[in-house]
Amino acid sequence: MKRALIIDDEPLARMVVMEYLLEFKDQIELIQECGDGFEGLKAIQQHKPDLIFLDVQMPKITGFEMLELVDQPPSVIFTTAFDEYAIKAFEAHAIDYLLKPFSKERFSKAIEKYLALSAADAKPAAKTEKLLEDVAQGHAQHERIVVKTGTKVKIIPVRDILYLQADDDYVSIITAEGAYLKNKTMSFFEQTLDGSQFVRVHRSYILSVAEITRIDPYEKDSHLAILKSGAKIPVSKTGYAKLKQVLGI
Amino acid sequence: MAISKSEISRAYLAIAIGGVAWAALQTYVIHSFGFDWYMAIIDGVGSSLLLSGACWLINNNLRYYQPGRGSYINLFIWCVALAAICAAGVRYLLPLLKPGEVYVNFLQQSLIIRLFTNFLAIGWMAMLSAIWFSQLDQKETEKRRNEAESLARDAELYNLRQQLQPHFLFNSLNSINALIGFKPDQARKMIHQLSDFLRGTLRKDDQQRITLNEELAHLNLYLEIEKVRFGHRLQTEISCDRTCGEAIMPAMLLQPIVENAIKFGLYDTTGQVTISIRGEMDNNYLVLMVQNPYDPQTSRPKQGTGFGLRGVQRRLYLLFARNDLMETHANDNIFTTIIKVPQDETRINY
Repeated sequence: MKRALIIDDEPLARMVVMEYLLEFKDQIELIQECGDGFEGLKAIQQHKPDLIFLDVQMPKITGFEMLELVDQPPSVIFTTAFDEYAIKAFEAHAIDYLLKPFSKERFSKAIEKYLALSAADAKPAAKTEKLLEDVAQGHAQHERIVVKTGTKVKIIPVRDILYLQADDDYVSIITAEGAYLKNKTMSFFEQTLDGSQFVRVHRSYILSVAEITRIDPYEKDSHLAILKSGAKIPVSKTGYAKLKQVLGI
Repeated sequence: MAISKSEISRAYLAIAIGGVAWAALQTYVIHSFGFDWYMAIIDGVGSSLLLSGACWLINNNLRYYQPGRGSYINLFIWCVALAAICAAGVRYLLPLLKPGEVYVNFLQQSLIIRLFTNFLAIGWMAMLSAIWFSQLDQKETEKRRNEAESLARDAELYNLRQQLQPHFLFNSLNSINALIGFKPDQARKMIHQLSDFLRGTLRKDDQQRITLNEELAHLNLYLEIEKVRFGHRLQTEISCDRTCGEAIMPAMLLQPIVENAIKFGLYDTTGQVTISIRGEMDNNYLVLMVQNPYDPQTSRPKQGTGFGLRGVQRRLYLLFARNDLMETHANDNIFTTIIKVPQDETRINY
């Protein structure tokens, strides 16, 4: 028996999925419905479902952002009226991507696909992660980043970021309020942040161009960027070249 | 340059009349010098014919060629040359009629005066033609510019209106899909609301002026649909007294503002949401205020504020040529949009 969650902010949209799921009640058990990403996050951590039906556009955080915060994402079937991500989703390996309004037949096909995949013991979770990476890269630049601090979710607008620093397997996001860890790579941020505002000045540093007050020479071939906050960030030779290009000097 | 035939023939008629008047005047002047009427008429008609020909020539030239700033000297030279040709024509053609020695002497003596009067007449003609044609040209350009502007405006308004919300449509259809299963009556009702709303959206054209009441009726359809979609989460407060209900406004102006309010107030928040729409009259303005709660933590600045409101501002500008008719405030988690619609009829150039 597989356990499933529905995460959608419209009650009627959840009812459609519930109704369609009845046909599979012998294989799939619906354990909870959630009205937004935060609720969904909590429910996923609490119940560890096998499958989630996920809307993309929801209050507070989007379905994609919510998934980013889940350590081991379950299999996902997206249900949304937005077709913007559809191509990316099909290229990647989400179980399926249902465009609202979808028919019962279309829904059943998605479920059968899921059941077949899970029977073959493919690792859908890994595929979901792949989907997330692809969407992040295909999608326009990020305007905000969601991070988890303990049990709380913090939403950081990109304009609040001072700089990013590599920290083992994590990236530390430094804002005026403090530092937050995110389980991503430096190159992920290099690709998803606006290149005219954020420059990777060093293997371990990406900084916000608007925060720089001064750039001082430092040792041979390298520089130090002094930020408004007083922080000193090392700038490598290639980083300096990139910085000069962005600043137009 | 597209100058109508009637205008050209009017110009020719003017030249002809001027020529006849000129001939009569010259005849009289020559006669007053003591020559007989026969000779005076010959002289008057002859020089006037030549002069009219020159005038026609210069008028015709200017019709196809407008002198630029630096080329007025060319025009001057042309006038002098034409004046000289006319004078020379009179000087060498009239003696062929054997008018007698006294007259030929008079002709030679008056040559310089004839040259100057010819020059003055031709120069005057040139000036008038230049002004007349450049004015016609200007009128034409202005007409074209107006046309282009109104075309661009139409296209722009059309595009602004094409910001139909497909997501709204698909999500509504999805809700109907759900209702069909367990509340078919409500599904049916929602289909009617949705059709009425879409029909209203498609039918209203931007040039149209409607009353606030009509706009609110249309908005209500939209809000009712959203209420079905989001259940009891959405509350609306609409207040407007009787006088402002009859106030005139451009069709579909409030719609994008309310859509924006729904987007930030309802789509991006959790829990109960109240969206209020208030209309009141202030002097000669219909003042409309839309308020919605928002979450400053999560509202995405780039997404959203975006189109809807900028479009409204642009439209107000296109319709009233003013940029100060819309303002927005954000405080205490409440976002307020205020627009003012001038009621003074003459200012509304639909």
